[in-house]
Amino acid sequence: MTRKLVLSALAATAMIASAVPASAEDTVFLPLLTYRTGPFSGSGVHIANGMHDYLRMLNERDGGIGGAKIIIEECETGYDTKKGVECYESTKTKGAVMYNPYSTGITLQIIPKAAVDKIPILSMAYGLSASADGSRFPWVFNPPVTYWDGASVFIKHVLSEEKGNLKGKTIGLVHLDAPFGKEPIPVLEAMAKEYGFNLKLYPIAAAQMQNQGSTWLAIRRDRVDWIYNQGWGAMNPTAVKEAIKNGFPINKLVGVWWAGADDDARAGGDQGKGYKSLNFHNTGANFPVIQDIKKYVLDKGFSKAEASHLGENLYNRGVYNAMLMAEAVRTAQKITGKKAVTGEDVRRGLEALDITEARFKEMGMEGFAAPVKVSCTDHNGHNKVFISQWDGTKYVKASDWIEPLKSIVRPLIEEAAKDYEAKNTGWPKRTEACDKAA
Amino acid sequence: MLYNIFIDPFMQMAAAPDLLVQALWEGLVSGVLYALIALGFVLIFKASGVFNFAQGIMVVFAALTLVGLHEKGVPAWLAVLLTLGVMLILAISVERVVLRPLVNQPDIILFMATFGLTYVLIGLGEIIFGGEPKQMITEELFLPRGVIELNILGGRVLLQKIDIAAAVIASLMIVALALFFQYTRIGRALRAVADSHKAALSVGISLNQIWVIVWFAAGLVALITGIMWGARSDVSFALQTIALKALPVLILGGFTSVPGAIVGGLIIGLGEKIAEFYWGPLVGGGIENWIAYVIALGFLMVRPQGLFGDKIIERI
Repeated sequence: MTRKLVLSALAATAMIASAVPASAEDTVFLPLLTYRTGPFSGSGVHIANGMHDYLRMLNERDGGIGGAKIIIEECETGYDTKKGVECYESTKTKGAVMYNPYSTGITLQIIPKAAVDKIPILSMAYGLSASADGSRFPWVFNPPVTYWDGASVFIKHVLSEEKGNLKGKTIGLVHLDAPFGKEPIPVLEAMAKEYGFNLKLYPIAAAQMQNQGSTWLAIRRDRVDWIYNQGWGAMNPTAVKEAIKNGFPINKLVGVWWAGADDDARAGGDQGKGYKSLNFHNTGANFPVIQDIKKYVLDKGFSKAEASHLGENLYNRGVYNAMLMAEAVRTAQKITGKKAVTGEDVRRGLEALDITEARFKEMGMEGFAAPVKVSCTDHNGHNKVFISQWDGTKYVKASDWIEPLKSIVRPLIEEAAKDYEAKNTGWPKRTEACDKAA
Repeated sequence: MLYNIFIDPFMQMAAAPDLLVQALWEGLVSGVLYALIALGFVLIFKASGVFNFAQGIMVVFAALTLVGLHEKGVPAWLAVLLTLGVMLILAISVERVVLRPLVNQPDIILFMATFGLTYVLIGLGEIIFGGEPKQMITEELFLPRGVIELNILGGRVLLQKIDIAAAVIASLMIVALALFFQYTRIGRALRAVADSHKAALSVGISLNQIWVIVWFAAGLVALITGIMWGARSDVSFALQTIALKALPVLILGGFTSVPGAIVGGLIIGLGEKIAEFYWGPLVGGGIENWIAYVIALGFLMVRPQGLFGDKIIERI
């Protein structure tokens, strides 16, 4: 009897032991640092929904990525750097394979940790522009574009609208007085020298986001011709309203991709028609991928999003971000032959990321975005961007895909990366080998 | 450098008087709204000696309730009434749950309790209304839209109708509250409570009743503030930071003075706009946020109790 019991216990233990590694092997843990609360939640909610819903859809439709179920865990940062770092620390021990900090402030704090913890950071089109230099930042990735690319595309747009001559023109940068807001300054300063325009800076403190009266009065005084808005959260609808209030031509106010929420333009009412924002993906809910999200996630009650927000700009931004994460994991699986990839594997996956038009089509995202290619040295790709314009009810594509001015941006990035390395004594030299594909 | 600080700004004022008038107008509108926010703090401080840290989130909560009810199909006028009802329930709840159990506790305990209240209201607001920004129902509330363009002083001055309405409504509100608390029986009771809780109790004034009234008045102020600032931007949790603008106003005007809140609000509003516009470019802009504190501290060096605050005399 005792023997039988012992044998049964051993058999059960063996079953459990064999079951645990199997289930662990078949999962990939993707923590999402999101902010559904706080002063910036207006933007954060939609992105969080888009990211969550895409990953959940992969779980529901495909059983995860390449046979590995995705464990999705949201950690609320409130767009607060301290809370974001706490989220990072509390989730990394659970086997996180990649981080999306969703705040430039949080990104800057965790960049030095990435190489130590061997978990890559994907700061999609935000964060430290200089981290696009893969030779100095092997653990940080910021595709598809940097803020510097964005600023260069804005200037290219202005050049085309002003018939190629910016001499004597005044271009203003209205920006959040925070690391994120200040990012485009170096490239705009360089371009002001190159093209002969006058650059004016208008910083807005976070506490003044909804109180921009004197800034826009200064814009009126300075007779600014074009404004680039590097704003976030409540700053953006206020900027649109203030521009209208002060008679600034709304079609000469261009926001960075984070200043392109539907609510930002909607705040301007009828007069908001014509507001422009940069974008690197399309809007709309007609893409098969969005329809799949609706079918597998929204209709089953797994989403926190309202149906009307599917396809909106920031929702699709979240979908795009989650797609990059999933593709990085998939590429890592292909490179290593493993299902349950680690942070080190995903770093290699990110470095070999190559999302072609054909792949976009396969994913039900044909025409959703331009192809993305990252390499061992170029962790961004400096991919194409377009101008989207508010037509009164939605954003529409108002330009072709525009190539960033890589000839200006790339040397600045390499210089800034070198500078970062010099200022951070003991910054580790890259030891990670480059894969052939990268 | 000295020329840029002491001469050039005044040359600019003389060269473009229309922009000076515009800056003054912006400052005046902001100042009146700051005064309104500060009044919410002053009322509660006078009645209970508590610096109500939750005033900012009360602005958000009131505005979200109004817009949220309207989204559910409630007509605008009814939504306003129901929001006032919600603010009354909040006032009663605060008195019952927070203030009453903490009577005779040190002021710092009550202050910390309002911290707690802030986070309870943030959580409650997010659960009920979500974190997404909402548009203020300006048209439904018959608030005017559009602009009045005055071609004067060799240029143009733009007066937004919503700003005019904000200035008028806030001014009326301030006057009404000031008169109410100055000349009515409740107002006299409030002042008695402000002077001494024990003395007020000994003559039969109900502390609990007074607390409910002032918290409700602060809720009313929060609703008006939320409507006005919400119309200028959007209704989101970011609005709570606007309430912080009342701090330099209170430092300047005194925590216990209604006229202080009004004059302080105007000085801060005008001062920060003029400073940002004419002196801001000298240091790269963005001085508006802290210059208000410099102005307030400047006054404080001359009058430590604030412009109209009570002089504190303590026997040793």
